[in-house]
Amino acid sequence: MSATATVSVGTEVPEYVRTTDLANWNRYAAVNDEFVPIHMDDEAGRAAGFPSAFGMGNLLWAYLHNMLRDWIEAELDGDGRIVSMECSFRSPNLRGQTVAARGTVTRVREEAGQTFVDLDVAVVDHAAPDTVLAPGSATVALG
Amino acid sequence: MGASWVTDEMRAALGSELGRKVSFPVDESDIRRWVIATWYPAAPPRRYWDDDAIAAAGGLVAPDDFNPFAWMTVPPAGAEPDLGRGGYRGPEQSLGLEPPATTSIINGGRVATYREPMRARDVITSVNRLTDYFEREGRLGLMLFTLTTDTWTNQRGDTVKTEVTTFIRY
Repeated sequence: MSATATVSVGTEVPEYVRTTDLANWNRYAAVNDEFVPIHMDDEAGRAAGFPSAFGMGNLLWAYLHNMLRDWIEAELDGDGRIVSMECSFRSPNLRGQTVAARGTVTRVREEAGQTFVDLDVAVVDHAAPDTVLAPGSATVALG
Repeated sequence: MGASWVTDEMRAALGSELGRKVSFPVDESDIRRWVIATWYPAAPPRRYWDDDAIAAAGGLVAPDDFNPFAWMTVPPAGAEPDLGRGGYRGPEQSLGLEPPATTSIINGGRVATYREPMRARDVITSVNRLTDYFEREGRLGLMLFTLTTDTWTNQRGDTVKTEVTTFIRY
């Protein structure tokens, strides 16, 4: 079955779920050179008005990409690529929080012989999904 | 605070180049460390570490969100390396303008469009420009939204990515 045949409006992308804390954030700081006190030190997080240190928006951005790449590999036979992604950062990713990157197909369209899949994407609090940390959208090209 | 954070000088600077960076050649180990960190605690997919899977993909391809400029970039001839420390550097500082007297800053969001993938041994150049200022009244007062656009190209001149970043100052 082709990738196009398995995707339609309403298709849900499998969640990408991570419980986040300093183990995640320190690893990301190490590869992205992002050693910012608010992401490493509870005192700095509290001074910025939050209950603790909190995670990087850039790592949530990575989780959104990883969710789509895992989907492309597992369910579309690797037959696709991310062509665009956008998100805003609305709510902090606090220590110990389990977050889920999610995606739902909103449109499948053809342009110049290429199939594009538009999705609503978001990182949410897994236990309280109405708490949206990073809403956004993405487009995947098939084939 | 007056009616606006944006001065005539700042408005006149829209479109200005804020800086350019050149990466060292993208290293396979840097790609692997990146995906280890972003898939943690799960193992990253085989296409990042299994020779057969890498060969099937035509070589090691970096994830779209990979940052080849972390830690250090190629310094201009005769210059000392810029280790990139010191947090957010506003566009006004880069242009020698007086920055607005805001006291806080948050990352508002990102919009990226991807073209040519980054592969091991690619050399990536980034050119960053000041794109827009706009303001909104918020709970914490007048918020200044600053948009910058980063365009990445590889050593062949192919566009890798265009990304608009929004920082909010207040």
